[in-house]
Amino acid sequence: MGAMNAEELAKYKGVFVFAQQVDNKLSGIAFELVGEGSRLAEKLGTEVTAVLLGSGVAGLADELAEYGADKVIVVDDPELKDYRTEPYAHALASVIDEYKPEIMLVGATAIGRDLGPTVSARVKTGLTADCTLLEIGDFPVNPIPGKEQKHNQLLMTRPAFGGNTIATIACPDNRPQMATVRPGVMQKLDRVAGKKAEVINYNPGFTPNNRYVEILEISKAVSNIKDIMDAKILVSGGRGVGSAENFKILEDLAEVLGGQISCSRAAVESYGMAPELQVGQTGKTVRPNVYFAIGISGAIQHVAGMEESDIIIAINKDEDAPIFDVADYGIVGDLNKIVPLLTEQIKAELANK
Amino acid sequence: MKIVVCIKQVPDTKGGVQFNPDGTLNRAAMLTIMNPDDKAGLEAALRIKDQTGAEVTVVTMGLPKAADVLREAMAMGADKGVLITDRVLGGADTWATSTTIAGALRGMEYDLIITGRQAIDGDTAQVGPQIAEHLNLPIISYAEDIKVEGDSVVVKRQYEDGFHMLKAKMPCLITALSELNEARYMTPGGIFDACDAEITTLGRADLIDVDDSNIGLMGSPTKIARASDKVRKGAGEKFTPDTADEAAKIIVDALKTKHII
Repeated sequence: MGAMNAEELAKYKGVFVFAQQVDNKLSGIAFELVGEGSRLAEKLGTEVTAVLLGSGVAGLADELAEYGADKVIVVDDPELKDYRTEPYAHALASVIDEYKPEIMLVGATAIGRDLGPTVSARVKTGLTADCTLLEIGDFPVNPIPGKEQKHNQLLMTRPAFGGNTIATIACPDNRPQMATVRPGVMQKLDRVAGKKAEVINYNPGFTPNNRYVEILEISKAVSNIKDIMDAKILVSGGRGVGSAENFKILEDLAEVLGGQISCSRAAVESYGMAPELQVGQTGKTVRPNVYFAIGISGAIQHVAGMEESDIIIAINKDEDAPIFDVADYGIVGDLNKIVPLLTEQIKAELANK
Repeated sequence: MKIVVCIKQVPDTKGGVQFNPDGTLNRAAMLTIMNPDDKAGLEAALRIKDQTGAEVTVVTMGLPKAADVLREAMAMGADKGVLITDRVLGGADTWATSTTIAGALRGMEYDLIITGRQAIDGDTAQVGPQIAEHLNLPIISYAEDIKVEGDSVVVKRQYEDGFHMLKAKMPCLITALSELNEARYMTPGGIFDACDAEITTLGRADLIDVDDSNIGLMGSPTKIARASDKVRKGAGEKFTPDTADEAAKIIVDALKTKHII
């Protein structure tokens, strides 16, 4: 891709985040991106702007403001009622062309991982996928004689090779610098009730063409499962739990602690646990206060989704299980005996208070 | 009907990743496989072929040895294989990769293009949507089910909280999830035929409407600033208590120390 010259690069200012909504309800990632965008904007001495696309969504702008957005650009059009790649890509690419942000963040969700690459190709810039850390810094990181070192670049860190390596990527010669960001990794800001943002209404116009797909049916999974990404305490089970029925002992432990259960991919595949409960590279990224890894060997793909937890407690009968390499407290032993006793002892402790 | 399936030869990350002393990936020491999402896409194409007699062409971009993955696909039932390989194409990021593949596809006939959602080495999920963008095609990502209905496809598109049934006019591009199906095995006859099958090799000069500024390392807008073997947080304390009671007590004490209970 041809590099932009300094004059062109300088036209791009501000940090933009895509404020994903589904059924006119903002997704958690929208607030996380506003929070992270605001931190980056502060370092750059600029503002964070939320880009809100949908139909009848103007009322959501205040919520974005209360979570830290300085500005909200609203594209409100009936074509944007439910997510479809083309009208959404057209809307976001038009916003980028019109307002020229230096940074554009999108959530690495099933929507964002479709929208992000389409838009980056359309506006002709690079895109770094599934980032877990964003920083402002120099590129090249260390000066190289004879090569210009650019400052105030977005440095985007992401896992690769199934979580075995991490790479930090820059997009020094094109704008905007685009990243998709893994949900659950960035912190939202505390809500400030009554905080207002400047709201800008914009509509690029929508003309359906061959790229508009037709939605025949929308089906929502009916689920009473609370989002494991919001849990303060997670009691997570893996293949070692032995059966779906045996997850009962984990549920009991979660209940006394006011936590929730979650699981590894192996438990989804072997015991039919709900995929929404899966932690890891192909599941969700969680960072609770306490994460119990029970009967989980600790494959790198699982660890990638839970290693940021404050306290990790592992119970496994295999003393060489890799989970012990990341556990703060590792217990080698039989989960079937330990977990019920642990539940009883915690009950007793809480009763004594 | 003509279907093109884009597939990638990837290191099998399940077996762990090997590094050279300088920190780069030791690809030679790792087994390679057909990327799982791509394999599901290929299987979906072969099922359409079984029903309608569609012609299935597999395309890959990589080193000359990536021809192996094309032969595997042909042994499963694909009709033709196209290898895009050229030194000047190396080091490509997703923009340069998608530009290159789109440049090759412009010279081919297709009603439907299927790619995997993402490859297990990069996990970006970008190349499929970007190819669609370069070719100005409708795209449906994250396909869990694909049906051909006349001049359209009807696809079950996965989301975190459910799915959409989407209909797109062909030509279009679909990215497939590995959950889509259970891929068939290669047949002995297929393996025999695939060994001798002719593979079309395309180089830089065969790409249509592709500028030099959009290929290879130089044509990649994203640049690696740092790469490293992942630094993990160190292990904490490990206990091997004699009894379950003692084990539970260790955990209770830890929870008390940390003011959880």
